[in-house]
Amino acid sequence: MNATATDEDEGRFAAHAVTLTVNGQRRQVEIQPWVTLLDLLRERLGLTGSKKGCDHGQCGACTVLVNGHRINACLTLAVMHEGAEVITVEGLAEGDALHPLQAAFIEHDAFQCGYCTPGQICSALGLIVEGEARSADEIREAMSGNLCRCGAYPNILAAIEQVLADDERRPE
Amino acid sequence: MTVVRSPLGQPLDRVDGVSKVTGQARYAAEFTEPGLLHGCVLGSRIARGRILAIDAEDAMDVAGVHLVLSHRNRPRMAADDESYEDADAAEGSPFRPLYDERILYSGQPVALVVADTPELARYAASLVHVEYEEEAHETDLCGLLEHAHAAPAKLPPARGDADAALAGSALCIEVEYLSPVEHHNPLEPHASTVLVQPDGSLLIHDKTQGTQNSQSYICQVFGLDPKRVRVCAAFVGGAFGSGLRPQYQLTLAVMAALKLGRSVRVALSRPQMFTFGYRPRTVQRLRLGAAANGRLQGLSHLAIGQTSRFEDFTEHVVEWSGMLYQCDNVHLDYRLVPLDVHTPLDMRAPGAALGLYALECAMDELACAVAIDPLQLRLLNYADANQNEGKPFSSKALRDCYRQGAERFGWSRRPLEPRSLRDGHELIGWGMAGGVWEALQMPASAKASLGGDGILRVSSATTDIGTGTYTAMTQVAAAEFGLPVERVAFRLGDSSLPTAPLQGGSATVSSVGTAVQQACVALKSKLFDIARQRPGSAFAGLTLEQVCFAEGRLSRRDDPDQAIELSDLIGSGAPLEARVDAKPDPRREAFSSATHSAVFVEVRVDEALGRVRVSRVVSAVAAGRVVNPKTTRSQILGGVVWGIGMALQEETLIDHRLGRYMNHDLAEYHVPVHADIGEIEVLFVEEEDLVVNALGSKGVGEIGIVGVAAAVANAVYHATGRRVRELPITLDKLL
Repeated sequence: MNATATDEDEGRFAAHAVTLTVNGQRRQVEIQPWVTLLDLLRERLGLTGSKKGCDHGQCGACTVLVNGHRINACLTLAVMHEGAEVITVEGLAEGDALHPLQAAFIEHDAFQCGYCTPGQICSALGLIVEGEARSADEIREAMSGNLCRCGAYPNILAAIEQVLADDERRPE
Repeated sequence: MTVVRSPLGQPLDRVDGVSKVTGQARYAAEFTEPGLLHGCVLGSRIARGRILAIDAEDAMDVAGVHLVLSHRNRPRMAADDESYEDADAAEGSPFRPLYDERILYSGQPVALVVADTPELARYAASLVHVEYEEEAHETDLCGLLEHAHAAPAKLPPARGDADAALAGSALCIEVEYLSPVEHHNPLEPHASTVLVQPDGSLLIHDKTQGTQNSQSYICQVFGLDPKRVRVCAAFVGGAFGSGLRPQYQLTLAVMAALKLGRSVRVALSRPQMFTFGYRPRTVQRLRLGAAANGRLQGLSHLAIGQTSRFEDFTEHVVEWSGMLYQCDNVHLDYRLVPLDVHTPLDMRAPGAALGLYALECAMDELACAVAIDPLQLRLLNYADANQNEGKPFSSKALRDCYRQGAERFGWSRRPLEPRSLRDGHELIGWGMAGGVWEALQMPASAKASLGGDGILRVSSATTDIGTGTYTAMTQVAAAEFGLPVERVAFRLGDSSLPTAPLQGGSATVSSVGTAVQQACVALKSKLFDIARQRPGSAFAGLTLEQVCFAEGRLSRRDDPDQAIELSDLIGSGAPLEARVDAKPDPRREAFSSATHSAVFVEVRVDEALGRVRVSRVVSAVAAGRVVNPKTTRSQILGGVVWGIGMALQEETLIDHRLGRYMNHDLAEYHVPVHADIGEIEVLFVEEEDLVVNALGSKGVGEIGIVGVAAAVANAVYHATGRRVRELPITLDKLL
């Protein structure tokens, strides 16, 4: 990272060069220090799949995976993620082949308006990687940072349970 | 011949599902172009008064800031109220954003800062200094009830003599219920992106439940030619009523675009989502009089709601009490108290969510007084006709809802006595309520066209706010044309498409679905005419009823081998199209049409902590024919979740000293999260309705929430023996 800001910049701070990998693609960007990871994705990289529902880490619509962990992209500054691996909802499908979670969300009608959906799916992916939630109540608890105002919770739960069950059945 | 199963009634996956799970669906704030500017709204810190001065110098000094817009330098706007009236306007003078120096409510937009980036706009907005002259404000409904005036609503006339009947009843209960301000809080904050086209016309991506409503509003307010303003809403991240009126971010974004001649986006922050419409705080007083056996003798229902000083917002709060039960002596009254707040706005099941909460809690209290099962009380007072209108129902399968819902829930095992079920430290309670919502139909238009590629293209300007319009309309068109759904493409969310009403009131399937169906019939008729007029046609002399459209072919019913490919009829020329304007069938006028529901709830209340959990819900719904059981079930699930939020969590609290909402974000305005929602089972009972529309289908957007808060409150009483008559039922009210 390379800072060149001076007080003489009349309120404007110099951009910082940041390199990160987004959905497998290396991206080098020049950004202001106050730009959140979410705004970098949505406003600078054209990846509007990650949603902005509150900008304060209260709704989970912006959930993405950074180095494999689910985080609220609105609560972290982009300049803090030099060298990070970021996965957004746009990076889950392989061509036309949907990720099992995406397919399960469609099958179980686990969304209505679709605005919380990218965050729910990324959060569910993080939850599966964490490997700690097994029962319905544990999944509910571990997904409670992701609000769905349409109230699709029972269907989201069913979709995640199905993917977890399929994962268990699959031979190692 | 293969028989194609009609797509109507099939649990089809959402046709827009892939775009939503891959992040490709784009919402209003997600359209961009090089040089797009960003606006940040600055809201008033006072609740009433006027702006004395706006000092924008510091903000304008920030490099990258282009404009600080206020009433001082805005473009010209209409000066008459009519120009600001939209399709869902309340009675009065609509709010005019940045119109003049008057402050009508706290949070009212007073300036828009436009800059190169959203961060710069937000920073510069913090540098704008506004000087106010403050006036005393009033925001507390409960302190001003005696100042209420009659609401400008056409209530059903009083029938019989309610006062005399109540006085003469063996049993009489008199109760008051309170409900707070609630905000819609769709997960997508309101936003408008105004893209100035090379010819100067405006392409606007708006968060709205009515693209044409936004379009005509903008044209009226700014004196623009409708041909030069196009409003699109391909995807809407929830609305629940918040998009029924054009919201101020749209007006401000257009203003800035006109002023600068550049494309501008204005996206509201979550706290700003609390600066326009909401479900109004309401006080309801009910009196129910019954014979000793529980038969209703008299009913009186008064609702007093808050409104703004500039508009009288009305909704159907009390009407339901005159139609859900058989009662010959009914008096309904509805009053409003104007406050220094924004005008309320329809919010999921507007009026009914409130009115049925009070009515169905009061019925539970009456059941206790009579000492009979609450479900038994409802069956005893079942209304076979709508007494408000003196008309029979076009269909009403509420008895089946009661019966099937109760059976699935296991209601017959419910002990009558409260506080008689327990599991360790948790008290268990079972409660129920009925629900009703009107089955509306509005005029709507649609276009259907078929080209040489064999794809049926159907369109209407309606929206899909998550309700499944794309999918349901695809099914309606595919069914009518005998095509697989993969060969149907439905377009919506564009003001340039055929006229559609606002997407509200659970009327879209009924209104737009009818138009889509009729457009398909009209197109089939055109195709049939072409086939019939061909020399030596096998269809000469036949009528439309004697032929069959299936699998992209037209064939004779009496001789299916006589068939022709539809693509042959069109050839390589222009697509053949048909456009219709559909109206409600006049046969509806002789009937009352409504959806009904019965909802059964189990709560578990922690005896020591007062924490309430809804562990189990069964919602049985009668809504005519279900076009798509998968998406329709989701609608009901969502409604139930909303009802649980209304019962236990949702409340926007105002500090009356400041006249300002204090919990204006999603950390402090609580909506249900995953962990709050247990098992919810949805049943659709059979209901044939040959009158409501040709599809026989009633909408379901509202009915899912109706009655849920009452069922929860009744279950809490059954668990604890405590009647909490004020929503939400938070633990402090139970300890």
